[in-house]
Amino acid sequence: MSPLQLCLVLSSLLFCVGLAGALSRSNTILVLLGIELMLNAANLNFIAFWCYGPHAATGTGVLFVLFAIAVAAAEAAVGLALVIAVHRHRKTVRLQDASTLKG
Amino acid sequence: MTYAIIIIAALILGAAVAAMLSRNLIHSALLLVGAWAGIAAFYLWAGAEFVAFAQVLVYVGAVSMVVLFAVLLTRQGATSAPVEPDSYQRAIFGFITAGGVAGVLLGAILGTPLAVQATPTPASITVKEIGIQLMGPHAAALLIVGVILTVALLGAILIAAVDKPEDPAP
Amino acid sequence: MTLSVQHLWLIPALPLAAAAIGALTPRNGRTLAAGVAIGAMAGSFLLACLALAGALADPAAHHTFNFDWFDLGFGALRLGFLLDPLTAFMGVMVSFVSLLIFIFSTGYMKEDANYKQFFCFLSLFAAAMLGLVVANSLLLLFVCWELVGLASYLLIGFWFHKPSAAAAAKKAFITTRIGDLGFLLGLLWLQDTQGTLLFYDGGAGFLEPAALTSLSTLLPCGLAISSAIGLLIFCGAVGKSGQFPLHVWLPDAMEGPTPVSALIHAATMVAAGVFLIARVYPLMAADQALAAVPVHALTVVAFIGAITALLGALIACAQNDIKRILAFSTVSQLGYMMLALGVGSWVAAIFHLLTHAFFKALLFLGAGSVIHAAHHEQDIRALGGLSKKMKITYVTFAIGTMALVGVPLFFSGFWSKEAILHAAHGWEVSQLPFYAALLGVVLTAFYNTRLMAETFFGTPRSDGAGHAHENGPAMTIPLVILAAGAVLLSLVNLPTYPWLQARLLGLHEVHGHPLSEGAGLMGLSVVLVALGIGAGWALYGRSLRPNASAPDPLAARLPGLFAALAHRLGFDELYAATVGRLNAGLASLATFLDHFVWDGLIRLLAALGEFSGFVSRETDERTLNGGFDATSGRLRGAGQAYSRAQTGGAHGYLRTLALGFVLLLILAVLGGAR
Repeated sequence: MSPLQLCLVLSSLLFCVGLAGALSRSNTILVLLGIELMLNAANLNFIAFWCYGPHAATGTGVLFVLFAIAVAAAEAAVGLALVIAVHRHRKTVRLQDASTLKG
Repeated sequence: MTYAIIIIAALILGAAVAAMLSRNLIHSALLLVGAWAGIAAFYLWAGAEFVAFAQVLVYVGAVSMVVLFAVLLTRQGATSAPVEPDSYQRAIFGFITAGGVAGVLLGAILGTPLAVQATPTPASITVKEIGIQLMGPHAAALLIVGVILTVALLGAILIAAVDKPEDPAP
Repeated sequence: MTLSVQHLWLIPALPLAAAAIGALTPRNGRTLAAGVAIGAMAGSFLLACLALAGALADPAAHHTFNFDWFDLGFGALRLGFLLDPLTAFMGVMVSFVSLLIFIFSTGYMKEDANYKQFFCFLSLFAAAMLGLVVANSLLLLFVCWELVGLASYLLIGFWFHKPSAAAAAKKAFITTRIGDLGFLLGLLWLQDTQGTLLFYDGGAGFLEPAALTSLSTLLPCGLAISSAIGLLIFCGAVGKSGQFPLHVWLPDAMEGPTPVSALIHAATMVAAGVFLIARVYPLMAADQALAAVPVHALTVVAFIGAITALLGALIACAQNDIKRILAFSTVSQLGYMMLALGVGSWVAAIFHLLTHAFFKALLFLGAGSVIHAAHHEQDIRALGGLSKKMKITYVTFAIGTMALVGVPLFFSGFWSKEAILHAAHGWEVSQLPFYAALLGVVLTAFYNTRLMAETFFGTPRSDGAGHAHENGPAMTIPLVILAAGAVLLSLVNLPTYPWLQARLLGLHEVHGHPLSEGAGLMGLSVVLVALGIGAGWALYGRSLRPNASAPDPLAARLPGLFAALAHRLGFDELYAATVGRLNAGLASLATFLDHFVWDGLIRLLAALGEFSGFVSRETDERTLNGGFDATSGRLRGAGQAYSRAQTGGAHGYLRTLALGFVLLLILAVLGGAR
């Protein structure tokens, strides 16, 4: 297996760990953290392809990861603020309990 | 070279799996910090030092703090918050789905002939070049990200802020 | 077999690994955490000995191992390790004393619930300190310096449930931070002018002649650049080593467990400042050749050291807490070391640093032994009569005291203090520091006689002291070893055979001089020590205090002076009244701006927004609404139909997304295969 494939396997496994966590845990904070892990896995892919790809000199992969980190930070801040707001009103952090928008 | 990546991968995956399985939320958050630090190590290994430092600053430093605060603010009991048993049915569905995604992704990766160079580029990108790129071709994106961050932080404050007394909660 | 400089990083890495293992150990893994910490420290000690052997083989050379840490585009930040006799001696001393303190802690902290954290923090501290010692880059040194500060914060505040301990930890951290700001500024300035922070780099380091020459240019204010940078770096040393005027944190740091006091105040943290100045000594001394500058950097160092030496000894005379007396004595002894550095004899400073580490660690551990035996009674007025109950502690403590006081000939403290006095006497700039140091010698003898008499003689004056008994071997064996060190260490640098001095200066041959050369000074200091001990004995030893509440004999004779000294000359109050007041004033100014200026602006903007909203609502309701009502009725119907899919369960959405993705990918792969 080439190093690139190793990196890709790592990132897809990390993605699936995050996905499994997000799907199976009921605590909203853990679901958010699972999603963060999935984002990180995507970032690993950018760096892996930047590092082994043919256009390493331009640094687009690095820049993309930097932007992704910034957006992920914003996402985490808003997500956790939502968790706190929901907890204040409904005294729960279980994701399945927050279903007021059910049709 | 390959041994280093295998050790880093084991660290990342081990910490992530333990975090997702842990019953104690605080342990989960701390284990995730370990996973993020491992990812930073991966960036260092791949020659992207600046990204590694950004990862450490943003995830290991900032996001972990926000998560810990969220955990502490939302815990119900006075002592450590036990997570109530999750629904096994949903857990099983979750694992099946994640396993399916993993199988498809691994099949795609291993089945695709990747036409790329075998060794990583020796010359890693310098901070100066990143700065030039950010300020030059990507200036618009940089501005937009700045706006997004500002809006997100203001929004987070607004959402999490305590309601005013004259506006009683329903 | 020697340790080469490439492997020098192992010395701090071992305790760091021990700290990591300690952090991961579960809370009840007490033996494991302590065993790993002690084992790692012993390993570091052996490695440091091997490094010392390597350094002594070629004492004049500075072996370096530098590497790029981080590429910044305009140049790389470089870090490195350095092996020379100064590093090697410090490394051996720090690891050896730390090892003994670790062993002592297994006994002292036996009943503590957080035993395992304690060893984790101790290992972290030792790792940071050893990293500081082996660094060849001011930046790496600074990083380790701050880590030492962090670890000391954790250790001083180890009993954080006591409010005084938490406050002391904060005070230590913030006070040293003031000094560190100066250090950081000096570091940045140096990087700016020299482009390197390496000490030695085959001619390109900033402690080597080429850089020192370029640093000798004058600034507009008349100072040389090297003096300005040197004094900024000295600010860091002032904070860390508890020099006047930033000495206030050191006595409060006694709130931590006693082994911590020994570690922080004897061997390591406070020695870091002296070590730093000794390390950058060529930079500090670079302006000596310039005649036109208003002040030399080293002159400032000498005067600060002399003031601190005298001040610490004075305040120590009127303290009642056994650990606080030792803390102020540390302040005073560090003043002596700075004085030695300032008058140009950095070798004497390092010699005193090494001997002081042994006898002050001995004294602190002895005090810990007393406190542990006397059920946490620290007030010397309530102790007493321990000489019969705790023989080993008594004898070793007495040896430590005699070394600190400088009882002639047999104790290491005598020779190292003698070297400092000799250097101060020979200083051509001023004789004032010399006289301050002589007065400090008398006071040191006086307050130590008081300490011994009150603690060990007479009758027990409290229940705790009455039921005291000798501690177990884990606590007494380190005391005996340190006592042996406090006596034998004098052999490495006797005036007739100054082996340490020669090696530190990089010489192969040892040039001694006969004892008669400094005999006059030596005689004077013997007389002064005798005077101090005699005065102390006359006041405290002859008529022992009958009970804990009897007035202090010195307070009875000089009440005003004693009260002022007991309040530490009001430094804490002075800082609260000036710095604290200023800070509060700035904070209320900021509140005022916030409340009235910015708030008003924001309210104005909000009013504008509200007005425009009102206008737009009016147009909306009157002109646009009618036509939309019908359309929205249809849309509502469609929405209700679709809303069946909204189950409200986020897990379900996510799962559907993932399965859809799998399906798409399978389709794409199959499509690609066709």
